[in-house]
Amino acid sequence: MIAYILCLTLFCVGLYCILRKRNIIKIIVGIIIAEYAVNLFFILVGYRWEGRSPIFSSDTPIVDMVDALPQAVVLTSIVIGLATTALLVALAMRIYGKYGTFDITKIRELKG
Amino acid sequence: MTPQAHIVPLFIILPLAGAFLTSLAGKRFKGLPDLLGVASTLGCLVFSLVAVRLVRLAGVLVYSVGAWRPPVGIALVLDGLASFMLVTVNLVACLVFVFSIDYMKRFTSKWKFTTLFLLMLAGMNGVIVTGDLFNLFVFLEIASVASYALVAFGTGKQELEAAFKYAVMGTVASLFVLLGIVFLYSFTSTLNMADMARVLAVKGPSNIMLLVSVLFLMGFGLKAALVPFHAWLPDAHPSAPAPISAMLSGVLIKSLGVYALCRIFYNVIGMTPQVSSLLLFLGALSMVIGVFLAIGQWDLKRLLAYHSISQIGYVVLGLGLATPLGVLGGLFHLFNHSIFKSLLFLNSGSLEYATGTRDLRKMGGLMHRMPVTGATNLVASMSIAGIPPFNGFWSKLLIILAAVQAGRFGYAFWAVLASLLTLASFTKVMKYAFFGPLRQEGKGVVEVPFMMRCAMVLLALICVAGGALLVPGIREVFLIRATDAVLQGLRYGTEVFRSVV
Repeated sequence: MIAYILCLTLFCVGLYCILRKRNIIKIIVGIIIAEYAVNLFFILVGYRWEGRSPIFSSDTPIVDMVDALPQAVVLTSIVIGLATTALLVALAMRIYGKYGTFDITKIRELKG
Repeated sequence: MTPQAHIVPLFIILPLAGAFLTSLAGKRFKGLPDLLGVASTLGCLVFSLVAVRLVRLAGVLVYSVGAWRPPVGIALVLDGLASFMLVTVNLVACLVFVFSIDYMKRFTSKWKFTTLFLLMLAGMNGVIVTGDLFNLFVFLEIASVASYALVAFGTGKQELEAAFKYAVMGTVASLFVLLGIVFLYSFTSTLNMADMARVLAVKGPSNIMLLVSVLFLMGFGLKAALVPFHAWLPDAHPSAPAPISAMLSGVLIKSLGVYALCRIFYNVIGMTPQVSSLLLFLGALSMVIGVFLAIGQWDLKRLLAYHSISQIGYVVLGLGLATPLGVLGGLFHLFNHSIFKSLLFLNSGSLEYATGTRDLRKMGGLMHRMPVTGATNLVASMSIAGIPPFNGFWSKLLIILAAVQAGRFGYAFWAVLASLLTLASFTKVMKYAFFGPLRQEGKGVVEVPFMMRCAMVLLALICVAGGALLVPGIREVFLIRATDAVLQGLRYGTEVFRSVV
């Protein structure tokens, strides 16, 4: 149970970081933290303590196996996260080049 | 797997192959990006029309990727709703790409634009045809990441700011969607949407489904720009190049937002009265707030972006009514809005191309200098405002009638009011941009190149003829199939599994 609560805390830390921080880089870090919390939660959903890897053979009974699907799916999700992060960092670099600052309160060309 | 089902993966393969080849060789051969772009979007359009016919003849088509049967492997499903959405998306994509051939000449590295455009199209087609929930998330991210990059394509100050805002909010939305998928997986132990519908129909209602519904409403609602989650849209859509604004407003918010909401809430989770009334409320809110914010705008593209929020409200209102007439009206308005809103954004692109400004106060009297743009803009304005012979009138009428029929008189009133305010704001556009005296700056303005005119005229013709889709005989093939697919609810699961064998 404690693992799930810690996972939720991690997600909330990430969301807080996205919503409250002013520095673009810190917002990107917040997104990464929240993303990892979701991935971790997906792994926890399929995990069994004291479980074993899901290899089928005729002489062992099918009990206490870790669900392998979330792990495969989370790998894909991590790769997607990498692409998003790379794009965000590239945008942050270009923004710094144009505005000379990472502070989002000073990056305000658009309004209305 | 029937032999007809082999058409289904083509909607993803064609644009992906186009994007790959463009990124490989587009830099070296100048004409290649245009050729590949037109070939793959036109190919998708032709195949989507074939798909409508196939669905009529053979019913639901299911393609099992890698020959793994559905509950285990990824399934691609083509039913009435999917074929309807495919026609809408690929029709708009094809015409918008034709427009962008001439328009994008002003930008450097056009091959990058074509690559991203085709990747976005592949993502949208993937979201529409997939029958697997995690696969839907993957395609959603492909389309979203491509669209973040396309919004920043101009790499000016405003474009970068808008793209960053859009990317952060879009990523958060995707996280909520993924979290919803995790909860659904832990509850049903499957990722296949048809299997999930069967399991959920057996298990009955539970508290965890409430949480999942809220997560999906937040995630897909943000992608669809419903009102409490709309803040990114008025920045992102005007900042992108005009063809991309047309794609984003025309089809991206619909295929990633409205279609996914509709598919999951009707066919996988099952529509409940609570979700229905929430959708009605959010729809009406977007409809009214969007149009109020639009009236005061002077930036033409920003005005159009606020109208997108308002019109998406109509679509969601129709779908939220959950009656046959309401769903029919909602889906028909979805089709019509993608046609006239992409036409309006292309018109704004032409105006910017010819005059170099987006500010309505600096235009004026352009009707004689740009007759094609002016005429098509008039047609699109009358469509969006709901003037009788044009397509927007019929779908709005259906939605309002459905609201009255369901006894929701308040919502019908708000729909009529929003329609009147839309008319007012487009009267303003026509008055300031096209009518009145020609200004000094407008003396040298000439009409835009042939390809751009061609795309605009074709879209305007569809606006004029769009009402014909309601004629009995045509209606059954296209709109009624999609409505039936939505309204079949959880029977979606059994339908899909029946056509696997």
